[in-house]
Amino acid sequence: MAAAEKQAVTGAGPFNDLLTWIDQRFPLVETWRAHLSEYYAPKNFNFWYYFGSLALFVLVIQIVTGIFLTMNYKPDAAQAFASVEYIMREVPWGWWIRYMHSTGASFFFICVYLHMFRAMLYGSYRKPRELLWIFGMLIFFCLMAEAFFGYLLPWGQMSYWGAQVIVNLFDAIPVIGPDLAIWIRGDYVVSDATLNRFFAYHVIAVPLALLALVVAHLLALHEVGSNNPDGVEIKKAKDPKTGRPLDGIPFHPYYTVKDTFGVVAFLVVFSIVVFFAPEAGGYFLEANNFIPADPLKTPPHIAPVWYFTPYYSILRATTENFMWVLAAGVVAMAGLIIWSVKNTAARICVAALAVVLLAGFFTLDAKVWGVVLMGLSVMIFFFLPWLDQSPVNSIRYKGPITKTAIALFVIAFFVLGYLGTQAVTEERTLAAQIGTAVYFLFFFLMPWYSRMDKCRPEPERVTWK
Amino acid sequence: MRALVALLALAAPLAFALEEPVRLDAAPIDPRDVASLQAGARSFVNYCLNCHSAGMMRYHKLQDLGISEQQVKDNLLFTADKIGELMNVSMTRKDAKEWFGTAPPDLSVIARARGPDWLYTYMRSFYRDPESATGWNNMVFERVAMPHVLWTLSGQQVQVERRFRTREQAEAVGRQQKNAWKVDVLTPEQAGKDAERYILKTIRTDTAGSLSQVDYDVFVRDLVNFMTWMAEPNQVTRKQVGYVVLLVLLALLVLSYLLYKEFWKDVH
Repeated sequence: MAAAEKQAVTGAGPFNDLLTWIDQRFPLVETWRAHLSEYYAPKNFNFWYYFGSLALFVLVIQIVTGIFLTMNYKPDAAQAFASVEYIMREVPWGWWIRYMHSTGASFFFICVYLHMFRAMLYGSYRKPRELLWIFGMLIFFCLMAEAFFGYLLPWGQMSYWGAQVIVNLFDAIPVIGPDLAIWIRGDYVVSDATLNRFFAYHVIAVPLALLALVVAHLLALHEVGSNNPDGVEIKKAKDPKTGRPLDGIPFHPYYTVKDTFGVVAFLVVFSIVVFFAPEAGGYFLEANNFIPADPLKTPPHIAPVWYFTPYYSILRATTENFMWVLAAGVVAMAGLIIWSVKNTAARICVAALAVVLLAGFFTLDAKVWGVVLMGLSVMIFFFLPWLDQSPVNSIRYKGPITKTAIALFVIAFFVLGYLGTQAVTEERTLAAQIGTAVYFLFFFLMPWYSRMDKCRPEPERVTWK
Repeated sequence: MRALVALLALAAPLAFALEEPVRLDAAPIDPRDVASLQAGARSFVNYCLNCHSAGMMRYHKLQDLGISEQQVKDNLLFTADKIGELMNVSMTRKDAKEWFGTAPPDLSVIARARGPDWLYTYMRSFYRDPESATGWNNMVFERVAMPHVLWTLSGQQVQVERRFRTREQAEAVGRQQKNAWKVDVLTPEQAGKDAERYILKTIRTDTAGSLSQVDYDVFVRDLVNFMTWMAEPNQVTRKQVGYVVLLVLLALLVLSYLLYKEFWKDVH
């Protein structure tokens, strides 16, 4: 659009001229309108809808505190541990910056988990929001990578041995595994070389990807519009005159003020941890990580930080005898799919895949399958938009089977998370195996139970007060 | 949710089925008790800072404990020349390894790694053991390489074993002990048929030291208090700042809530 055709900016008082000047050279007003003042969001957002903006807010905290930490941290195996203590003791307000960053890491996961759970409750991943969900999952992947790389940097015992254990997982991959593990570490064990490259990933590579994905996530959201607790499209009921959704309100100012309140409430909780319990009972900062990394002393109990423990539990649950359960599961799933689909080619493919898996279960080491299951336990979220075949989106209108399934999944997630922080015993392994089975059944059986479930009809418009 | 709580409650007892370490005594420390911290600093410099370093701590930080620069220089500055220096020791790690079998760990943040209760119990749990290289052993840290450097103060202790038929009996007596205790269990094969399988292990003073047991406990309390402070010298400031921040945030919370409600009045 040529500059002359644009209308002058009004309503900004003394800044009208400046903003007009900018707007004639940059889509300022257009962007403001598209994403804030004329982006219509459903008016019935509830508590769960705070966590998207909060996750963004934590990202900002992490980047800002991260910049200041980088100014004083030394990515050198001989100096890293002491440089963190230097930040804690001698950098003015360094302890505050460091605790915000370490607490922020855990709160990032809390926000993202609740944000994802919201999507599962209200079917926010379903058509037309599949790509929005996929971008979100990629953000979650980046976040896990970011947390993993960052956790090595304090160079404590848990940093060191946690990285050692996770990198060794790649060792289990047949044929290329050992070389791949060396390639990731840059050495035969976790060492100075590993610390340097993890630092590079943590402070620049992953954050760049993360920011780009956040932009893509928001653009996709604003293209398809926000879902809401009723799971009905607000675009279906529009004002005939203005063309605005009847149940939508402009994001700015309504949701900007509401989310500001959310941010302050979040900061209250966040500050209580930062100032009064920064270690959070050993869950946010582990005691063992106050011992400098020692490649010659393996700690008796190595546990990842709490946000990785559900997947870690699944890894540990995959023992030799669990392979029989997996085999039974694969046979049952193959039977179920073959019975459900009518296409002969698809049936043959499924049967062939099942045979290959069964052969693999009893030829390859159980450890390999543990790694596969752990990877799958995260990857499987990608497929939710297609696994869910329910006629309705929101849990409000879904039937008892789905509600029970989600409840069981949440319990399994928490139990696996708890078990992942504990040392292995026979009983705990059994509990983790049951948890693993429930975790995967929730996803694998979803196409069937979501279709069978007795759902109530969705309303025409969103419900409000 | 209720099912979740029930499940977790079921999982909890599993934690206690494991092999139990020594019961730790709660360290009665207080990071705001300046007199105790000063006494602890003196003990730390005199008894610990010969083998152990505190390499992330600077001498001048001791001034936060109400000690003047001159006092630090006169009474505490043994291993360095200037007050701005780190609390290092001259023994190299290589020498230390040769002499002790293992290099004494740096103690700057040891209280955060071990916890004050562990340190408090550990330093009160040495006992004579003729089979160990140093002649000392420890209830909390089996076969520790460190000799009991405080023995002139605490006196010499020996380990005492008492046998019981049930765990409950052993633990009931254990709980009455002033010092660390633990219960070891023999398998029925080891102990023979219907024998007393539960062994309560405690220590008792054999020859007295220059301090009474009560005074020695106070001595260790002060030392642990100092080490806990040293592990995070800003911990008191941190909480003070926290109260101010929370106060401001609560005011903002009210204001932002009112703003939100004001804007949303016209959403119907």
